[in-house]
Amino acid sequence: MKFGVVRFPGSCDEVDALMACRRFADADLLWHGDRDLSGVDAVVVPGGFSYGDYLRVGAIARFSPLMESVIEFARAGGPVLGICNGFQVLCEAGLLPGALLPNDSLRFVCRQVEVIVENPGTPFTRACEAGDTLSIPVKHTTGCYYAPPGTLPDEQVVLRYAPGHNPNGSMDDVAGVCNVGGNVMGLMPHPEHAVDPLTGSADGGRLFESLAMVPA
Amino acid sequence: MLIRPKAGILDPQGQAVERALPALGFEGVANVHVGRLIELDVEDASQVPQMCERLLANPLIEEYEVVELEDAA
Repeated sequence: MKFGVVRFPGSCDEVDALMACRRFADADLLWHGDRDLSGVDAVVVPGGFSYGDYLRVGAIARFSPLMESVIEFARAGGPVLGICNGFQVLCEAGLLPGALLPNDSLRFVCRQVEVIVENPGTPFTRACEAGDTLSIPVKHTTGCYYAPPGTLPDEQVVLRYAPGHNPNGSMDDVAGVCNVGGNVMGLMPHPEHAVDPLTGSADGGRLFESLAMVPA
Repeated sequence: MLIRPKAGILDPQGQAVERALPALGFEGVANVHVGRLIELDVEDASQVPQMCERLLANPLIEEYEVVELEDAA
Protein backbone atom coordinates (compact mmCIF):
# COMPACT_ATOMS: atom_id res chain seq x y z
CA MET A 1 0.00 0.00 0.00
CA LYS A 2 1.47 3.32 -1.08
CA PHE A 3 0.14 6.87 -0.73
CA GLY A 4 0.98 9.68 -3.15
CA VAL A 5 0.84 13.21 -1.73
CA VAL A 6 0.52 15.98 -4.32
CA ARG A 7 2.86 18.96 -4.14
CA PHE A 8 1.72 22.11 -5.98
CA PRO A 9 3.61 25.38 -5.95
CA GLY A 10 2.08 26.97 -2.84
CA SER A 11 1.23 23.72 -1.05
CA CYS A 12 2.26 23.95 2.60
CA ASP A 13 0.88 20.88 4.37
CA GLU A 14 2.25 18.23 2.04
CA VAL A 15 5.07 17.19 4.36
CA ASP A 16 2.78 16.78 7.37
CA ALA A 17 0.44 14.76 5.13
CA LEU A 18 3.38 12.65 3.91
CA MET A 19 4.48 11.96 7.51
CA ALA A 20 0.91 11.12 8.51
CA CYS A 21 0.63 8.64 5.62
CA ARG A 22 3.98 7.07 6.53
CA ARG A 23 2.65 6.14 9.97
CA PHE A 24 0.40 3.63 8.23
CA ALA A 25 1.97 2.79 4.84
CA ASP A 26 4.56 3.84 2.27
CA ALA A 27 4.20 7.34 0.86
CA ASP A 28 5.88 9.60 -1.67
CA LEU A 29 5.40 13.13 -2.93
CA LEU A 30 3.95 13.64 -6.43
CA TRP A 31 5.02 16.77 -8.36
CA HIS A 32 2.23 18.85 -9.90
CA GLY A 33 3.97 19.06 -13.28
CA ASP A 34 4.25 15.29 -13.72
CA ARG A 35 1.55 13.09 -15.12
CA ASP A 36 2.79 9.84 -13.64
CA LEU A 37 1.13 8.74 -10.40
CA SER A 38 4.01 6.29 -9.84
CA GLY A 39 1.67 3.40 -9.16
CA VAL A 40 0.30 4.78 -5.88
CA ASP A 41 -2.79 3.17 -4.34
CA ALA A 42 -4.26 6.36 -2.89
CA VAL A 43 -3.77 10.07 -3.56
CA VAL A 44 -3.81 12.85 -0.96
CA VAL A 45 -4.30 16.42 -2.20
CA PRO A 46 -2.96 18.49 0.71
CA GLY A 47 -3.62 21.92 2.16
CA GLY A 48 -1.96 25.18 1.29
CA PHE A 49 -2.37 27.82 -1.36
CA SER A 50 -1.94 25.98 -4.66
CA TYR A 51 -0.85 28.29 -7.47
CA GLY A 52 -1.31 31.16 -5.02
CA ASP A 53 -5.06 30.47 -4.96
CA TYR A 54 -5.28 33.15 -7.62
CA LEU A 55 -8.68 33.76 -9.22
CA ARG A 56 -10.50 31.41 -6.78
CA VAL A 57 -9.19 28.85 -4.32
CA GLY A 58 -8.22 25.70 -6.21
CA ALA A 59 -9.34 27.06 -9.58
CA ILE A 60 -5.96 26.93 -11.33
CA ALA A 61 -4.45 23.89 -9.59
CA ARG A 62 -7.30 21.78 -10.90
CA PHE A 63 -5.89 22.15 -14.44
CA SER A 64 -2.34 21.07 -13.56
CA PRO A 65 -0.91 18.08 -15.47
CA LEU A 66 -0.88 15.87 -12.36
CA MET A 67 -4.50 16.69 -11.58
CA GLU A 68 -5.50 15.36 -15.00
CA SER A 69 -4.03 12.02 -13.92
CA VAL A 70 -5.64 12.30 -10.47
CA ILE A 71 -9.04 12.92 -12.08
CA GLU A 72 -8.56 9.87 -14.29
CA PHE A 73 -7.45 7.83 -11.24
CA ALA A 74 -10.52 8.97 -9.29
CA ARG A 75 -12.90 8.21 -12.16
CA ALA A 76 -11.45 4.69 -12.27
CA GLY A 77 -12.35 4.27 -8.58
CA GLY A 78 -8.99 5.13 -6.99
CA PRO A 79 -9.23 6.67 -3.51
CA VAL A 80 -8.48 10.41 -3.39
CA LEU A 81 -8.50 12.48 -0.19
CA GLY A 82 -8.53 16.28 -0.40
CA ILE A 83 -7.67 18.25 2.73
CA CYS A 84 -8.55 21.96 3.03
CA ASN A 85 -7.07 23.47 -0.15
CA GLY A 86 -7.13 19.93 -1.56
CA PHE A 87 -10.88 19.81 -0.84
CA GLN A 88 -11.27 23.09 -2.71
CA VAL A 89 -9.26 21.71 -5.66
CA LEU A 90 -11.40 18.54 -5.83
CA CYS A 91 -14.61 20.62 -5.81
CA GLU A 92 -13.26 22.82 -8.60
CA ALA A 93 -12.29 19.68 -10.52
CA GLY A 94 -15.87 18.47 -10.32
CA LEU A 95 -14.86 15.33 -8.40
CA LEU A 96 -16.88 16.43 -5.36
CA PRO A 97 -20.23 18.21 -5.14
CA GLY A 98 -20.45 21.82 -4.00
CA ALA A 99 -17.96 24.62 -3.43
CA LEU A 100 -16.16 26.40 -0.60
CA LEU A 101 -17.09 30.02 0.11
CA PRO A 102 -15.36 32.59 2.33
CA ASN A 103 -15.98 31.95 6.05
CA ASP A 104 -19.14 33.71 7.24
CA SER A 105 -16.95 35.63 9.72
CA LEU A 106 -14.67 36.81 6.87
CA ARG A 107 -11.83 35.86 9.22
CA PHE A 108 -9.09 33.26 9.12
CA VAL A 109 -9.96 30.63 11.72
CA CYS A 110 -7.39 28.39 13.39
CA ARG A 111 -8.68 26.17 16.17
CA GLN A 112 -9.29 22.63 17.30
CA VAL A 113 -12.81 21.44 16.41
CA GLU A 114 -14.81 18.29 16.98
CA VAL A 115 -16.29 16.49 14.00
CA ILE A 116 -18.72 13.59 14.03
CA VAL A 117 -18.38 10.61 11.71
CA GLU A 118 -21.67 10.44 9.80
CA ASN A 119 -20.68 7.81 7.24
CA PRO A 120 -18.21 5.12 8.38
CA GLY A 121 -18.74 3.18 5.14
CA THR A 122 -16.14 5.01 3.06
CA PRO A 123 -12.51 4.00 2.45
CA PHE A 124 -11.57 7.08 4.52
CA THR A 125 -13.61 6.28 7.62
CA ARG A 126 -13.71 2.49 7.79
CA ALA A 127 -11.57 2.54 10.96
CA CYS A 128 -14.34 4.62 12.61
CA GLU A 129 -17.88 3.97 13.72
CA ALA A 130 -20.93 6.11 13.05
CA GLY A 131 -21.17 8.83 15.69
CA ASP A 132 -17.47 8.77 16.63
CA THR A 133 -16.20 12.21 17.56
CA LEU A 134 -12.79 13.24 16.22
CA SER A 135 -10.79 16.20 17.49
CA ILE A 136 -8.99 17.78 14.52
CA PRO A 137 -7.77 21.35 13.87
CA VAL A 138 -9.09 23.68 11.17
CA LYS A 139 -7.15 26.62 9.68
CA HIS A 140 -8.68 28.40 6.73
CA THR A 141 -10.34 31.53 5.38
CA THR A 142 -12.43 29.90 2.64
CA GLY A 143 -14.10 26.92 4.27
CA CYS A 144 -17.83 27.61 4.21
CA TYR A 145 -19.22 24.57 2.43
CA TYR A 146 -22.14 25.09 0.09
CA ALA A 147 -23.93 22.72 -2.25
CA PRO A 148 -26.97 23.75 -4.30
CA PRO A 149 -30.24 22.31 -2.91
CA GLY A 150 -30.74 18.68 -3.85
CA THR A 151 -27.12 18.00 -4.88
CA LEU A 152 -25.79 16.50 -1.63
CA PRO A 153 -27.56 13.31 -0.50
CA ASP A 154 -27.16 12.52 3.22
CA GLU A 155 -24.97 9.47 2.59
CA GLN A 156 -22.38 11.75 0.95
CA VAL A 157 -21.93 13.72 4.16
CA VAL A 158 -18.99 11.91 5.75
CA LEU A 159 -18.18 14.30 8.61
CA ARG A 160 -20.19 17.00 10.34
CA TYR A 161 -18.98 19.60 12.85
CA ALA A 162 -20.25 18.75 16.32
CA PRO A 163 -22.95 21.12 17.64
CA GLY A 164 -21.35 24.49 18.36
CA HIS A 165 -18.14 23.62 16.48
CA ASN A 166 -18.97 24.88 12.98
CA PRO A 167 -16.11 27.37 12.46
CA ASN A 168 -17.09 28.84 9.11
CA GLY A 169 -20.84 28.87 8.47
CA SER A 170 -20.87 25.64 6.45
CA MET A 171 -24.32 24.52 5.32
CA ASP A 172 -25.83 21.94 7.72
CA ASP A 173 -22.50 21.80 9.64
CA VAL A 174 -20.93 19.80 6.80
CA ALA A 175 -17.19 19.27 7.44
CA GLY A 176 -16.41 16.54 4.90
CA VAL A 177 -18.15 15.03 1.87
CA CYS A 178 -17.58 12.20 -0.59
CA ASN A 179 -18.59 11.62 -4.19
CA VAL A 180 -21.38 9.25 -5.29
CA GLY A 181 -18.93 6.35 -5.59
CA GLY A 182 -17.48 7.02 -2.13
CA ASN A 183 -13.89 6.88 -3.40
CA VAL A 184 -13.24 10.65 -3.34
CA MET A 185 -13.45 12.61 -0.10
CA GLY A 186 -12.76 16.19 0.88
CA LEU A 187 -12.73 17.86 4.28
CA MET A 188 -11.75 21.25 5.65
CA PRO A 189 -10.22 20.06 8.97
CA HIS A 190 -6.60 18.88 8.87
CA PRO A 191 -6.30 15.24 9.95
CA GLU A 192 -2.56 15.30 9.10
CA HIS A 193 -2.02 17.78 11.96
CA ALA A 194 -3.68 15.40 14.44
CA VAL A 195 -1.73 12.16 14.25
CA ASP A 196 0.27 12.34 17.47
CA PRO A 197 -1.01 12.79 21.05
CA LEU A 198 1.95 15.15 21.54
CA THR A 199 0.07 17.79 19.52
CA GLY A 200 -3.20 17.28 21.38
CA SER A 201 -4.96 14.59 19.37
CA ALA A 202 -4.19 11.57 17.24
CA ASP A 203 -7.78 11.31 15.93
CA GLY A 204 -6.84 12.48 12.43
CA GLY A 205 -4.75 9.35 12.01
CA ARG A 206 -7.95 7.32 11.78
CA LEU A 207 -8.53 8.61 8.24
CA PHE A 208 -5.06 7.59 7.05
CA GLU A 209 -5.37 4.31 8.91
CA SER A 210 -8.69 3.69 7.13
CA LEU A 211 -7.11 4.33 3.74
CA ALA A 212 -4.19 2.05 4.53
CA MET A 213 -6.73 -0.74 5.13
CA VAL A 214 -7.67 -0.59 1.42
CA PRO A 215 -6.24 -3.71 -0.22
CA ALA A 216 -3.17 -2.76 -2.27
CA MET B 1 -16.35 40.08 -17.29
CA LEU B 2 -18.31 41.02 -14.21
CA ILE B 3 -18.49 38.09 -11.82
CA ARG B 4 -20.77 38.20 -8.79
CA PRO B 5 -22.16 35.77 -6.21
CA LYS B 6 -25.33 34.08 -7.41
CA ALA B 7 -28.57 35.22 -5.80
CA GLY B 8 -29.06 33.42 -2.50
CA ILE B 9 -25.39 32.52 -2.03
CA LEU B 10 -23.90 33.69 1.25
CA ASP B 11 -21.97 36.90 0.52
CA PRO B 12 -20.27 37.95 3.75
CA GLN B 13 -18.21 40.61 1.94
CA GLY B 14 -21.37 42.26 0.62
CA GLN B 15 -22.93 42.07 4.08
CA ALA B 16 -19.87 43.65 5.70
CA VAL B 17 -19.89 46.53 3.21
CA GLU B 18 -23.65 46.94 3.69
CA ARG B 19 -23.09 47.33 7.42
CA ALA B 20 -20.14 49.70 6.97
CA LEU B 21 -21.86 52.24 4.72
CA PRO B 22 -24.54 53.39 7.19
CA ALA B 23 -21.81 53.68 9.82
CA LEU B 24 -20.32 56.40 7.61
CA GLY B 25 -23.66 58.16 7.26
CA PHE B 26 -24.70 56.71 3.86
CA GLU B 27 -28.35 55.78 4.38
CA GLY B 28 -30.78 53.79 2.25
CA VAL B 29 -28.23 51.23 1.00
CA ALA B 30 -29.43 47.66 0.37
CA ASN B 31 -28.50 44.49 -1.52
CA VAL B 32 -24.74 45.10 -1.56
CA HIS B 33 -22.79 42.37 -3.36
CA VAL B 34 -19.06 42.18 -3.91
CA GLY B 35 -17.70 40.42 -7.00
CA ARG B 36 -14.74 40.64 -9.38
CA LEU B 37 -13.88 42.35 -12.61
CA ILE B 38 -11.69 40.59 -15.17
CA GLU B 39 -10.43 42.56 -18.16
CA LEU B 40 -8.83 41.04 -21.21
CA ASP B 41 -8.14 41.58 -24.90
CA VAL B 42 -9.35 38.71 -27.04
CA GLU B 43 -9.48 38.24 -30.80
CA ASP B 44 -12.57 36.05 -30.81
CA ALA B 45 -15.07 37.32 -28.24
CA SER B 46 -17.32 34.31 -28.82
CA GLN B 47 -14.88 32.29 -26.68
CA VAL B 48 -15.49 34.42 -23.60
CA PRO B 49 -18.60 32.66 -22.21
CA GLN B 50 -16.71 29.35 -22.33
CA MET B 51 -13.74 30.92 -20.55
CA CYS B 52 -16.15 32.01 -17.82
CA GLU B 53 -17.84 28.60 -17.56
CA ARG B 54 -14.58 26.66 -17.40
CA LEU B 55 -12.21 28.89 -15.45
CA LEU B 56 -13.03 32.51 -14.75
CA ALA B 57 -16.24 31.87 -12.79
CA ASN B 58 -17.58 28.91 -10.81
CA PRO B 59 -21.10 28.55 -12.23
CA LEU B 60 -22.20 26.72 -9.07
CA ILE B 61 -21.83 29.83 -6.94
CA GLU B 62 -21.20 32.74 -9.31
CA GLU B 63 -22.89 34.38 -12.27
CA TYR B 64 -21.07 36.36 -14.90
CA GLU B 65 -21.83 39.11 -17.34
CA VAL B 66 -19.72 39.86 -20.40
CA VAL B 67 -19.29 43.53 -21.26
CA GLU B 68 -17.66 44.20 -24.63
CA LEU B 69 -15.77 47.47 -24.92
CA GLU B 70 -15.16 48.92 -28.39
CA ASP B 71 -12.00 50.74 -27.55
CA ALA B 72 -9.52 48.48 -25.80
CA ALA B 73 -6.85 50.31 -23.84
